[in-house]
Formats: sequence, structure tokens, C-alpha cells
Amino acid sequence: MADTAARDFYGATLDTPLMLGTAQYPSPAVLEAAFRASGASVATVSLRREAGQGQAFWEIIRGLGVRVLPNTAGCHSAGEAITTARMARELFDTPWIKLEVIGHADTLQPDPFGLLEAAEVLAAEGFEVFAYTTEDQVLAARLLDAGCRVLMPWGAPIGTGLGLNNPYGLRCLRAAFPAIPMVIDAGLGLPSHAAQAMEMGFDAVLLNTAVAQAGDPVAMARAFALAVEAGRLAHMADPMAPREMAAPSTPLPGKAWL
Amino acid sequence: MWIEVNGERRTLAAATVAAALEELGWSGARVATALNGEFLPAAARADTGLKDGDRLEVLAPMQGG
Repeated sequence: MADTAARDFYGATLDTPLMLGTAQYPSPAVLEAAFRASGASVATVSLRREAGQGQAFWEIIRGLGVRVLPNTAGCHSAGEAITTARMARELFDTPWIKLEVIGHADTLQPDPFGLLEAAEVLAAEGFEVFAYTTEDQVLAARLLDAGCRVLMPWGAPIGTGLGLNNPYGLRCLRAAFPAIPMVIDAGLGLPSHAAQAMEMGFDAVLLNTAVAQAGDPVAMARAFALAVEAGRLAHMADPMAPREMAAPSTPLPGKAWL
Repeated sequence: MWIEVNGERRTLAAATVAAALEELGWSGARVATALNGEFLPAAARADTGLKDGDRLEVLAPMQGG
């Protein structure tokens, strides 16, 4: 049977397994409409130098009535990420932090060493770390040892829309840590990618560009909402095992002699 | 006195971080601060003095993924 036990996020149960980013929308009005159409439970946000728009943006986010997950996007060292996380905790009044420590400019791949170093410090300071990581099982184990209770393995590099690049690796990761809540974060381009992640038993997906940069972001937000729900139901329904050879579904006995 | 605020050199009369924020028009704003690369909690701004060449970062909520 599929493992259908509910896994929470540092004690929080989400109404829907969809986390949505707040960047790159054509307008604030479209952002709001897309969020409502998506039914997302969590909004990711960032911190940048105050240039006059931060306060208005914060009012929009507060109006959405969803949980806020600040990120450390753009940080390339543990020190930078730690300072950003401390500022985020005060600014957004939440211990949640999506911890990104980027190791490679072209792929935006997490730096496993910097990520682990920052996770150790932040978890010890009481942060509830959502670690943006790869499908690497050894790194996952180290992050859990460091005090992370939620992992966010990538589907594909941020912003690529390629879907799940390494389904085998993600399946192994899911199977290796069945009790740990995991969110597929980054690289999802289509609702089918999100459904696939949910079918594999992941607990939620996080996406941004796929909705914000769609021709019709509001319609795409709704499509993702349906996809994650379908994927989750499918996982709970315990999918059939695939097989190599054909097997007729229509009974052979009783077939006419023609 | 001059300090660097969000990467720009500014000449200020303020002697503390709290006074600097007020002088810059951010006293009531939802912002987080870092001084010379280290997080400076809001509660410590009034007691934290400034000196020439200090680097003050003033961050606000922003769109993110």
C-alpha cells in the first residue's frame, strides 16, 4: 500500500499541497487573482533593499491570508544566508525559512556544504528550516541530523520548467525518508509535473515561474490546483505496478469464434 | 558623518541607526536592518551608534519564489 500518512510542516497542516511564489507576475492584480485561483496555502517571499515598493507589496501578501515562507534566494554563502534568515524572521515574524545557498551560477544548484553549515546554525537558533536541496540522499541525512524537519528537493534547476529531471533519484529519496515532509521545489513547468511529484508521494510542490509567466497566469494557477489534488488522490489510491508486457484487460473467456 | 545605505553613500546628521532610519524616511516602515554585514534587530537600533564608513542595509518585503 502507498504510505498515506499525513506529514506536517513543523506542526502546521496545509489545506492544499501547493506553495506558490510571488515574483514575476504581470501585475499585483494578477498575482492576487492567481493566488485565489490556485488555492495555495503558502506564499514565498524575499527581502531586498527598500526602494519604495516593499510596504505596498507586504499589504498585498497579508491580504492573501496564507502562510508566508521567506527565502534566502540569491545567497551564495552560508554567512549571507544566515544573516538574511535572521532579517527575514524579524521582518515576516515567522520562524519558517526556505534556505537557499546557491553553489553554481548557471544551474542555481544548491551548495551542499554551505547549505549544511547554514542549516546547522539556523536550526540551533530555533529556525524551522525548509532546506532547498538536491535529490542527494547523503546530504538529506546530514540536513536531518542538523535539525531540518522539512526538505525541498529540486525537480529541475530554478526557472527552467523542465519538470522532474531525475525521477529515479527523487523516488529513492522519498523511499529513504518516508516520515520526512518533502516539497518538490523548482523546475516545474506544467501541471503534469506537479501531478507526477504528488503521485510519487511528495507532500507538496512549490512553483512560481510556471504560473507567473504563463500566458494566462490565473488559468494556469487553477490548472496546478487541480493537478496537485489529482496527484495526491492518485498516490493515496495506491497506483498499479507498471509491467513490461501487455496484459489484456478485457476477459478472454467467452470470446466468440469468428 | 557619512555612511553607506543600501550601497549608496549618504551624509547624515543621525548618530544612531534608529535616528538614521528616521532621517531617511523609514521610521514607520516594515524593514529589517543589517550593519556591516551583521543582522541588527529592531530593538537594538536606538542604542547602536554609527561611525563614518558604516554599511547599513535596509531590507523590505519583496516578491520571491
